[in-house]
Amino acid sequence: MEQAAGIAVVGISGREEFDRDLGHLEAQVVLLGGLVESAVLTSLLTLKARDCELAKKVIEDDDLIDDKRFEIEDASIALARREAPVARDLRRIITILLIAGELERIGDYAEGIAKITLLLADQPPLKGLAEIPRMGDRAISMLKHSLEAFLDRDPARAEARALSVGPDDDAVDRMYLQMRSDLLELMKQSPDNIEAGTYLMWAGHNVERIADRATNIAERVVFQATGRIVSVGGDQDEAQSPR
Amino acid sequence: MNSQTNPENIITFEEAPVLETRHLSVRYNGNPALRDVSFQVPRNTVVAIIGPSGSGKSTLLRCFNRMNDLIPGVEIDGEVYFEQAPLYAPEVDPTEIRFRIGMVFQLPNPFPKNIYDNVAFGPRVNRINGNLDEIVERSLRRAALWDEVYDRLDESALNLSGGQQQRLCIARALAVEPEVILMDEPAASLDPISTQAIEFLIRELTEDVSIVIVTHNMQQAQRVAAYAAVLMTDESRVGELIEYAPTEQVFGTPSDPRTEAYVTGRIG
Repeated sequence: MEQAAGIAVVGISGREEFDRDLGHLEAQVVLLGGLVESAVLTSLLTLKARDCELAKKVIEDDDLIDDKRFEIEDASIALARREAPVARDLRRIITILLIAGELERIGDYAEGIAKITLLLADQPPLKGLAEIPRMGDRAISMLKHSLEAFLDRDPARAEARALSVGPDDDAVDRMYLQMRSDLLELMKQSPDNIEAGTYLMWAGHNVERIADRATNIAERVVFQATGRIVSVGGDQDEAQSPR
Repeated sequence: MNSQTNPENIITFEEAPVLETRHLSVRYNGNPALRDVSFQVPRNTVVAIIGPSGSGKSTLLRCFNRMNDLIPGVEIDGEVYFEQAPLYAPEVDPTEIRFRIGMVFQLPNPFPKNIYDNVAFGPRVNRINGNLDEIVERSLRRAALWDEVYDRLDESALNLSGGQQQRLCIARALAVEPEVILMDEPAASLDPISTQAIEFLIRELTEDVSIVIVTHNMQQAQRVAAYAAVLMTDESRVGELIEYAPTEQVFGTPSDPRTEAYVTGRIG
């Protein structure tokens, strides 16, 4: 074969810049995921340790999460406008946009838990709290798995990993229902428990919603990988409270 | 890429198609341009043919109104059917076929005549019965041009804008009541507003004609076509049909990795 120097490969015109920008946006989503995961962990810690100073920090830092989300959205919209993506490229950009929104909402739930820590500051301790850290661990693990699936470039494997989040959501829902009935029991026992019990109910609800949002992220990952819009949670969401 | 084409990636239709190719291959002076293409064009719909340069899109289009016959050194194997009848049968008159299967090209090519005579040309040649004025008006209306030219039909067609000239060419094709219109990048030389007008027209026309359109514009294919046929070319194979499916599938979740690479701009 002749020396191919200076001869372009016919028919191949990569979209290196586009690929690089998409990869950069995905990295930003993972960075946002890290901020959000840390906010959830810290908020749960403030609840357990009754650490109002740390809770205030979580509330304050939620602005960073909101800013990051809008930054990702702006960049995604600009990229979509410039590249008019189709097929997998389009699904990648849409998934970035949707996941950034889900993450930002999870950040809001963490902020909500931190605010509950402030409300609980002058309340007597209540043992109904015990279930919340367990729910929290499960929800955080779901978030991690969803984001790992999001980064998996192999569509079949990404789908399988995303779908594996479903049973965890069911488990969190069950824990939430258990926690709710435990707290109701405590409140029935003594009116002194009502205020703290109500706050803890809110906190548990926030954790349950975090798990739901992590499940939504898994659903977006399945969409990115396959183009199909599916429900990842196994059961109907019986844990949802009336709003 | 060495993917093999999966026959399941080529859609077929229950209803009799208006056009069909079976194992169609075309060579120019021995060089293959199309290889073993079998597909059907359903009635009253828009089919887009997409693919990289040199993949045989225009060749395929020209097979449908026997325009390739005019090219020296062309060899055509396989079959093409128009309304279930073999298009290349000896008794078929290619000139008559070119009225029943009209064609619109990338660059508008009005005759250097006035607007009226451009549209009246086909009916006059074909000695179509009926009021010529009515045919001209009806064709210009269907091509969404009437309102812009009704008071200057005696002016030269060459004074029209590019977009108007293209719609005039569509009116000229429509004047002989064709069953099919072939379009080879009909909006490639037009500005966005004229392009919109042409695309709107294409969708409207499917009420009574079937349209096959070659386009390089991925968004345009999605806006106008119900189905998209993907031709591909690589080192070993030239002019191969690799996928033919509803447009939303071709641009949403294509089955063939080569289609995905093409529509996302990674080859071609």
